[in-house]
Amino acid sequence: MTLQTPLPAAPPRAAPPCAASGAPAPALPVIEVEGLAKHFQMHHLGQRLDAFAGIGFTLMPGQFLLLTGPNGAGKSTLLRTLYRSYLPQAGHVWLNTAEGRIDLARAADVDVALLRRREIGFVTQFLIARPRVAAEDLVAEPLRLAGAAAPEALETARAALAEFGVKRELWAAYPSTFSGGEQQKVNLARALILPQRLLLLDEPTASLDAGARAALLRRLAALKAQGVAMIGVFHHPGDVAGLIDAELNLDSRETRDVAQ
Amino acid sequence: MSLPSPRPAPQQPPRDLPRLMTTPPILAMTGISRRFGDVVALQDVSATVYPGEVLGIVGESGSGKSTLLRMMNLEDSPDSGDYRLAIPGAAGNLFDLDRYRRRMLCARHVGIVYQNPHLGLLMGHSSSGNVAERLLIAGERRFAVLGGRAREALDASEFPLERIDARPIELSGGMQQRVQLAKAIALEPALLLLDEPTTGLDVSVQALVLDTLKRLQRDRAITMVLVSHDLGVIRTMADRVMVMRRGRVVEEGLADQIFQDPQHPYTQALVHAKL
Repeated sequence: MTLQTPLPAAPPRAAPPCAASGAPAPALPVIEVEGLAKHFQMHHLGQRLDAFAGIGFTLMPGQFLLLTGPNGAGKSTLLRTLYRSYLPQAGHVWLNTAEGRIDLARAADVDVALLRRREIGFVTQFLIARPRVAAEDLVAEPLRLAGAAAPEALETARAALAEFGVKRELWAAYPSTFSGGEQQKVNLARALILPQRLLLLDEPTASLDAGARAALLRRLAALKAQGVAMIGVFHHPGDVAGLIDAELNLDSRETRDVAQ
Repeated sequence: MSLPSPRPAPQQPPRDLPRLMTTPPILAMTGISRRFGDVVALQDVSATVYPGEVLGIVGESGSGKSTLLRMMNLEDSPDSGDYRLAIPGAAGNLFDLDRYRRRMLCARHVGIVYQNPHLGLLMGHSSSGNVAERLLIAGERRFAVLGGRAREALDASEFPLERIDARPIELSGGMQQRVQLAKAIALEPALLLLDEPTTGLDVSVQALVLDTLKRLQRDRAITMVLVSHDLGVIRTMADRVMVMRRGRVVEEGLADQIFQDPQHPYTQALVHAKL
């Protein structure tokens, strides 16, 4: 099956914003996807579920790609395939990392695990709370793993919690007991604390209150200005209208079948 | 659980050799095969563990996962296969070592927690004595140091220190596992092996023991190999997962991939059978 996947017109930015801070950054794409295909083989049913095929696009530093399409079109599936929670059947996901170009479609598991700590972030609306870990420690953890000293990491984490509107009394408490909304704020603070090269966003605005949504947009805009490339699925794309550089429409096979 | 009818194993999408991970693996096993009479316990099993990661090995009873873990602890030898650990004094294939050297190497560098505390503990000796024994084997003779380090290890395992003199036989299952864990980590091992460490415990106790393991892993970056038939335990703990069936590795991958996009019919059946 082939999908119409219009290559988003990547505006050729001469200098990505991140280049301003240091040496003239060579304008390498962050990610180059070629001919990516995913299906699920369901052995107990003897069935194959096609998700997408022939996906290709290129994303430069600081660019924001919006994935669109009806429910079931494969938007979240594509995000998870890029993150390698799903294994693709064909194609390439070239990531230009600090250590060179690597194909996420077939990179070794340990390499993918490393890249998830250093270069690729995934933001969902769900917090994976862990028993007896304080909200501020949970938020500080990505910084600690990246080598930040404990006091600095904690200070940054607290600032992020404040930014997302988590009440100060809750910072040292365990998020497993928080309400859904508060957990989501902790989750966003954690997921966005470390500027990574590529950020995958799976409906992070769903069920956020207005204050937290505004904080999320401020943070995404700041990361974009630092050169973070983003690929996102948003139930209400209007939330991020000002950030979008390109769109990729994943037409669903079901809708096409109905149309015929 | 009903097993899927045998079908040809689907091809795993090919994967490259590690390029970004430049630290050599701490554990490398290749081509391990072992038969017990007519029974194939392990057939050409290979495993690699990198520093600081948690490798989960999942499979049903008789899949060979515990046999493999015992080999990692040098309690048994395969019919063929190679085992290397990147630790001081461990050169060449460790299966070539004699029993004494195996024991010294594992006492010093490898910690293990068994499902059955009777395998890991002297049930009639005090809890602190059990931990100190491991230090004694490694050559520590100073009484004050023995006591201090045993206490420290029990504390790190979140064992209640007021019960330090209690014998394991007087303790609950969860507490016994904490004593085993303290003994296993007392010498700050390069590798911690966990064989169904929470199986048989109440669910709430199980959560507390797993939480302690998580905390140890986070604070000390201990490299772990965790064997369990319980997918929930594996999912909570593991970075990477190996799925075993009938002595073979049927699938290997990142934990989230194994649970969200299992490739092999057997792994799919396992994941779907999870409550």
